[in-house]
Amino acid sequence: MNEQDPHTPGTEVTPAGSHGEAVRLDEGHVVGTGGLPDRFTNPGLPHHVPRMADLDESAAKRAEKQVAALFGVSIIATLLFIVLYFALDVDQTVFIPGIGTTSATNAGLGVTLAFSLLGIGLGAVHWAKTLMPDEEVVEERHPLRAADADRDEVVRVITEEGGKSQIGRRPLLKMTMGGALGLFAVPLVLQVGGSLGEMPQKSLSLTWWNGGPSGPGEEPTFKPLRLMKDPENQPIKASDVTIGSVYHVMPQGLLPDPETNEGGAEHLLEEKAKAAVLLMRLDPAQIQSQKELDWGYEGIVAYSKICTHVGCPVGLYEQQTHHLLCPCHQSTFDVTQDCKVIFGPAKRPLPQLKITVDDEGYLVSAQPFREAVGPSFWERG
Amino acid sequence: MSTTANQRPADALRTGDGPRHVAPSAGAKKIGGLAGWVDDRTGAAKPVGYLMKKVFPDHWSFMLGEIAMYSMIICLITGAFLTFWFVPSAGHTVYDGSYVPLRGVEMSEAYASTLHISFDIKGGLIIRQIHHWAALMFVVALVVHMFRVFFTGAFRKPREINWVIGSVLALLAIVEGFAGYSLPDDLLSGTGIRAMAGFVQTAPVIGSYLVYGIFGGPFPGEMIIPRLYSAHVLLIPAILIGLFTAHIALVALQKHTQFPGPGRTNDNVVGYPVMPVYAAKAGGFFFIVFGVLALIAALVQINPVWAYGPYDPSPVTAGSQPDWYMGFADGALRLLPGWLEFTVFGFTVSMNIFPGALILLPLVYVILGAYPFVERWVTGDEREHHLLERPRNAPVRTGIGMAGITAYTVLLFASGNDIMAIKLGMSINDLTWFFRVGFFVLPVVVFWVTKRVCLSLQRRDRDTVLHGRESGTIIRTPDGRFFERHEAGLPEDQWVLVQHEAVAPLELEPEVDEHGVARPAARKDRMRARLSRFYFADAVNPVTPAELAAAHHHGHETEALEGSQAAGEIESAEPAGRH
Repeated sequence: MNEQDPHTPGTEVTPAGSHGEAVRLDEGHVVGTGGLPDRFTNPGLPHHVPRMADLDESAAKRAEKQVAALFGVSIIATLLFIVLYFALDVDQTVFIPGIGTTSATNAGLGVTLAFSLLGIGLGAVHWAKTLMPDEEVVEERHPLRAADADRDEVVRVITEEGGKSQIGRRPLLKMTMGGALGLFAVPLVLQVGGSLGEMPQKSLSLTWWNGGPSGPGEEPTFKPLRLMKDPENQPIKASDVTIGSVYHVMPQGLLPDPETNEGGAEHLLEEKAKAAVLLMRLDPAQIQSQKELDWGYEGIVAYSKICTHVGCPVGLYEQQTHHLLCPCHQSTFDVTQDCKVIFGPAKRPLPQLKITVDDEGYLVSAQPFREAVGPSFWERG
Repeated sequence: MSTTANQRPADALRTGDGPRHVAPSAGAKKIGGLAGWVDDRTGAAKPVGYLMKKVFPDHWSFMLGEIAMYSMIICLITGAFLTFWFVPSAGHTVYDGSYVPLRGVEMSEAYASTLHISFDIKGGLIIRQIHHWAALMFVVALVVHMFRVFFTGAFRKPREINWVIGSVLALLAIVEGFAGYSLPDDLLSGTGIRAMAGFVQTAPVIGSYLVYGIFGGPFPGEMIIPRLYSAHVLLIPAILIGLFTAHIALVALQKHTQFPGPGRTNDNVVGYPVMPVYAAKAGGFFFIVFGVLALIAALVQINPVWAYGPYDPSPVTAGSQPDWYMGFADGALRLLPGWLEFTVFGFTVSMNIFPGALILLPLVYVILGAYPFVERWVTGDEREHHLLERPRNAPVRTGIGMAGITAYTVLLFASGNDIMAIKLGMSINDLTWFFRVGFFVLPVVVFWVTKRVCLSLQRRDRDTVLHGRESGTIIRTPDGRFFERHEAGLPEDQWVLVQHEAVAPLELEPEVDEHGVARPAARKDRMRARLSRFYFADAVNPVTPAELAAAHHHGHETEALEGSQAAGEIESAEPAGRH
């Protein structure tokens, strides 16, 4: 054992236990060989046991036939694939017990393709296992590290030969090259980064309920918008909303006409992703929040459908408990408590849309959402 | 040549130019003109000959990496096919294909072309299904392959680089998978993208800019499908293939590890040569993997996008679940409680979202990639290791691995808490709480149990060796007692139980040397010694020849008490063991 290791001064250690030999840290926890009780010696490779096919030619013949049969299966399956490809119609179905009715081309082409491949694979492996040599071969390993001379040579080439570029004694070249190489990626990154897309501006805080298109750069002015059933695009009369009913609602003007498919928002999906609202009617006595009552109309309340967690639509309404549940990550909102989060990973309540009725008795928005809908973001406040 | 001796070497070469005819070797004639033609121009005969003679050790667990490799190749083949028909566009179209329920429905061209592949291209569905199944198989095989490498210590020197490459491959495979299953633009995958947009948006400071950058404007926009497509078919596969090639090249260069066994040492590889055995076995195995995937794809439906409908940001399907490999990140999102979000100086910090969604994924792979370096620092072991460790012989590492798998599994199961609640009739709130607590408690429990199991297995190994081999010879002593003779020496099949190295924790030197001078390295060493004790304090070391001899001696003493006359005879009849 080397008593003084120049690289890790003072890290000599003694292993626990009774052997008493020093163990160098750079050799790790492994108790060194010096003075240790011997280890068992490696008994060497076991004797090779010949296989049936090595000793008995008829066994070898049998193996040959098995391999050939597997290759034969592959050939037949390939031919069947070709036949089925032309024989089957793409919309034909077939009943397979245990699976049900399924596409005939999918099942037929898939199974024949599978057997065409499996025949080759199983045949080759069976061949290797039965007939190819199974006596183990020993290959020596050599240390991966290059010889010291080679390592020194690399260092010499870099320092001496590389030094001939005179980079060491011409700092101006070193600095300017460093600067140029350091900067050359900037135009590429800038081109991509700068052109990826529009900046959000105020659009994350706006929805169609603000009065119209709410994309980046838009400055909508508020006007009361009717609550329209989605997808029928029909306005909703307050008197038609019975207690316990739920409507999926979009603002007036967002959806195209369901008959002609004309009109509606230019960026339909982008607007829908923010403006979707759930309209529910509760017995006003059940509503515990005065603000919720004030912002609703006779127990009819409207809340953003976009989850404040990561933005999935809050799709499940439990009529008995008045809970709204997001199917993505199970945030649960209590409609009787102003859609407060009562379980799950969301933090903020669903924003409420203040509604009222217009002259004809239809439900309309009284003001836009007072906060950004959907997931949190840094500057939402 | 002597006339050119004073000239530059290049001129010397030039004078040697001219029609030189080398008689073809016997082998060249046999192998034919083309191979000779190639070798004349590349000199490939030498490396090819070397590779064909290369020896690979045999073990079933070495096939796991092969499955991953072949699944990836199958993904590349089937993926190339799919690009012939898939239209990576969010442009609006009205479906008029042969799937009746969706006729006349407005949808994106991406979704319409996926339906087209599934219903109107003959054999298109089977290719799509093989592609998806192969992708799932790829990640499964890759993960299990990593388990094998971890638990057998195959990541130790000199293979740390390959472990890091493998970790990056695993991370890329997941991102590649996510990009891929998001492409059809169906309601399910669109909901996944919606969640992705949501959690990217929560990134501190830059979130809203980041999400507008990724989507080219407000969510969903029309840019995300083509961008995901570019990432899925070009960027990530290019990196995957490059890293994979380096991974394989390093395996060939460093030679494969092998399990310990008689005749297997740290300085050799015992196995079969590529030609012909592995050419047939590994080549055949590609066809088996492909065949099995084709069979699954033929008979088991995967991702029936037509059942979900086109993406629309306002409806949602209940039970929305990502593909399994994204499950753990989704599970983390479900478990993180909402109160972790807070507002400071008017800025929102969503600690309930971005740690699980944006940090967890890279963090897992950074921890994975860093592990070999941590363990090497603790053990200080600088030697090359080519013999694999049996997991039981590294109880703490095995425990750490199992604890990690447990934490991962808790998150994975948590991403199915809604499905479990429905199928098992349990409260989803209770399940979520169980997982929240379980994430912290279960890994500790599993670590402890695994370590104890490993130590017990090691002790059993010792018992087996110390017990000696039962010879089957029953001896009757003159006074009528019977006992079975146990043979001394180590039977060949027990070599594997004693081949590993004895370990002991590092011990600390005094912080002050004998001259009263403080050692500056003491603090680092203290940490290292503590970790070393954590790893090796209760190590069970293999039986040594001396211990085996002592055990036999002890055994005979017992027998001698039972039959004092016979003892001497038996002792002398003992064959010479390996003492």
